[in-house]
Amino acid sequence: MNAFTTVIGLEVHVQLATQSKLFSPAPAAALGEPNSRVHAIDLGLPGVLPRPNATAIELAVRTALALDGQIQPVSRFARKNYFYPDLPKGYQISQFEEPICRGGAVPIGDGRSCRLQRIHLEEDAGKLTHSDAGTLVDLNRAGMPLVEIVGEPDLRSPAEAHAFLHHLREILRHAGVSDCDLELGSMRCDANISLMPAGSTQLGTKVELKNLNSLKMVQRALEYEERRQTAVLAAGGRIAAETRGWNDEAGESRPQRSKENAPDYRYFPDPDLPPLVVDEATIERQRQLLGELPERRRARYRGRFALPEHDVVALTQDRAVGDWFEALVAAGVDAKTASNWTIGEVLPAQRDLGVALADFPLPPPQLAELLALLADGTLTQVTARKVFRHLCTHRVPARVAVRELGLARLDDPAALQPLVAAALAALPEAAAAVQAGKERALDALKGHVMRQTKGRADPDLVDRLLRAAIAALGPR
Amino acid sequence: MTALWQLSARQLARLVQSGEVSARELARTFLDRVDRLDPALRAFVDHRGERALADADAVDAALARGEPVGPLAGVPVAWKDNLVRRGEVTSAGSRMLASYRSPFTATALQRLEAAGAVLLGRTNMDEFGMGSSTENSAHGPTRNPWQPDCVPGGSSGGSAAAVAADLCPLAVGSDTGGSVRQPAALCGVVGLKPSYGRVSRSGLIAYASSLDCVGVLARTVDDAALWLRCTAGSDPGDPTSAAEALPEFAVEARPDLRGLRIGLPWELNGPGLADEIEAVLADARAQLRTLGAELVECSLPHVSVAVPTYYLLAMAEAASNLARYDGVRYGFRGAASGSCEAMTTASRSSGFGAEVQRRLLLGTFALSCGYQDEYYGKATQARERLREDFRRAFAGCDLLVSPTSPVPAFPLGSRIDDPLAMYLCDALTVPASLAGLPALSQPCGRTAAGLPVGLQWMAPPRREDLLLQAAHVFERHTDHHLPRALP
Repeated sequence: MNAFTTVIGLEVHVQLATQSKLFSPAPAAALGEPNSRVHAIDLGLPGVLPRPNATAIELAVRTALALDGQIQPVSRFARKNYFYPDLPKGYQISQFEEPICRGGAVPIGDGRSCRLQRIHLEEDAGKLTHSDAGTLVDLNRAGMPLVEIVGEPDLRSPAEAHAFLHHLREILRHAGVSDCDLELGSMRCDANISLMPAGSTQLGTKVELKNLNSLKMVQRALEYEERRQTAVLAAGGRIAAETRGWNDEAGESRPQRSKENAPDYRYFPDPDLPPLVVDEATIERQRQLLGELPERRRARYRGRFALPEHDVVALTQDRAVGDWFEALVAAGVDAKTASNWTIGEVLPAQRDLGVALADFPLPPPQLAELLALLADGTLTQVTARKVFRHLCTHRVPARVAVRELGLARLDDPAALQPLVAAALAALPEAAAAVQAGKERALDALKGHVMRQTKGRADPDLVDRLLRAAIAALGPR
Repeated sequence: MTALWQLSARQLARLVQSGEVSARELARTFLDRVDRLDPALRAFVDHRGERALADADAVDAALARGEPVGPLAGVPVAWKDNLVRRGEVTSAGSRMLASYRSPFTATALQRLEAAGAVLLGRTNMDEFGMGSSTENSAHGPTRNPWQPDCVPGGSSGGSAAAVAADLCPLAVGSDTGGSVRQPAALCGVVGLKPSYGRVSRSGLIAYASSLDCVGVLARTVDDAALWLRCTAGSDPGDPTSAAEALPEFAVEARPDLRGLRIGLPWELNGPGLADEIEAVLADARAQLRTLGAELVECSLPHVSVAVPTYYLLAMAEAASNLARYDGVRYGFRGAASGSCEAMTTASRSSGFGAEVQRRLLLGTFALSCGYQDEYYGKATQARERLREDFRRAFAGCDLLVSPTSPVPAFPLGSRIDDPLAMYLCDALTVPASLAGLPALSQPCGRTAAGLPVGLQWMAPPRREDLLLQAAHVFERHTDHHLPRALP
């Protein structure tokens, strides 16, 4: 068996979903023309002072609540000093000795969890683009609000690291604090990994891994590092304390900086910012807004709605999906129908339209009207889907759409009788088969009638009329 | 007859409001004095000339339309070269920002203009506020209007000299460790440093953020109070600006000083003072008694470490505040090839003057790993002790007084090569800065050579009312503020 135990701790930066930056009124959107989302404060112009964004602080509080951390009633912003062209002030405003939250935990499955050391607020730096012509500085990202979530070294495998990030992302998306997109950088992860002899409690020398831009990359990089360190140690070598960058194409990490060369950040409390005070009312408000976390919601869907596991998982991957489903139920749709339509119709249609659920053209109350027409027999499954697709592009009430499309159910025997006769005339062998006792042949006849009526005929009525007509033909 | 330039800001504003004098006439009067006297003094680094006249015309036009104009209607005001104004150059006395133009205006200047003031021009200063003589300026030194061979003090030496020479009735300054009060003392004018946070720092180019205060140089205590009313108040642009409003008060509310206990911290009233300063102060103390004040001895034990405490904290904060001047986005860029690091090094090595570089290096050291606890950490503790000293002292008295400067104006060049001697110029002013207290310097006599001597008042936090009322009583019953340096 493996002679070493792997020890992993993650540090995750999450970009908070605010309208403006952490200390300036510039829009918090890293995209757009370079340097178009930049205020004098973000440029570090002479005479500017930071203006704390209350929403960012509230979202940090909500993050702390979602991860079960202890919110500190008083915390402090500190300056992290270093020179770099993407850092306009020559320092980053962060939190050091007094973070906004201590402790907390992230579930990693099977009822286990990884402890958190702290969560703190900080501003992002800008972005450099190196080219042959020189280095270009884009400060759109400078000043974006981040929380840094620092995990304890509780993880024992790359798979656990993957589970940590998966759960963290799910929780924070539900909490509405961030979209947590690793590819787009709204969630960024650095991993510390060390190996120690199995059974030991003395942690080994750790290596920090950077440039991990997806959940899979995190796992791959850690697996690689686990193998590399095992080989070094097994050969009697020593691990260098260093920062390594992951190169996903090459499938390997490369040394970036040794710990001896680590800069001295000269942290000190930022004298431009008074202590950050979080009062009980703010915490209470954020607790309300946090709502239900995914694990609890899944339990409720299994219990109260008695939904199958497939539905439970599909409905709780995103808070908005669950909310949509519950809005349908609240509008009177039964749970299983609401689940089927949410997963089977609404989500694919939403993807096709390329809009957020919130902007979906058919909000839950209107969809509930449509489903009521299905329930009362006005529509069949087939025609209900047709009306649904129509309503995705036409803003009219469901009943109007049914009329416009002429899709109301045909349940007048007098109107259906000629169609039944026509079916028997068109498919005499099928009629004969039924007479001979082959029940399944009836389906061909039914299908004929349904095609003629474009799915509008009441299937039960057609069944009855066909049987009666065949019986009326008399014995062969 | 009294000339316009001899009148106080309040008197001038009244003349403009009543229509007896136009704002243009006022601006013209002071601009003429600047043209005539400033080439020798060099109090201004730049005056706005035609633009100031145009602003004055706007005030006159508003008056003609019957619109309300503020309490500083038409009053020409100069400002220290470290407060930014939209579209104007603001250099902070540094080569680093020699051609820097700001896209926004400092809150203090905005409020002055909203009160009707006409901004006349920028005044000289020690580079980024680092100095006590205005000799550390990329624009060259300013001279003392009373004795051209002497310094005006600093770092707001240009503003103090401008008011002392009647080039303007009011000039905005900034005070980090005494940069308004010390030059006020050396130039024989009133210098007010409000409580920390009383006037927004937004648009003030930072030196040491936990100490920086926007202040004013004026001819009279009443004018300083008028300026404070126009500029004080919380500002969303400065998270350290005080939420509570300046109380309504009348400067002339007290007929005399009866009922006031005035403390004399012995650490600030004896040791290290020049004899001629001591003699003038003895007369001033006698005058305070005559005016009915009860003078009591008191002690501020940690004043003994105030100068090193101040310099450690100020330099540490400065090292961080001035890191933004890296040649990347604006300001001076040094010639260098190769790396960005080389460019930043070249920019800072030739963009900053010697004193600024000295303070940045010391400040970086004070915060560095392994030394932070010993230097920055200790200084933070000492600052708390000193605050506590002041709390105790104010339990036994209403106000404190001391000389403002241990020495009168000194000859140009006499201290510039001795940083320690220069730093000791601030020994009497840094305690109030460290404690964030409101303090004021006013003229209280002269040396045998005719150089002005300043009396410093210190009040409990946010008690500018008491500070200004007491100083006003002293001013009304003495004539030290009356003589003019230049005709």
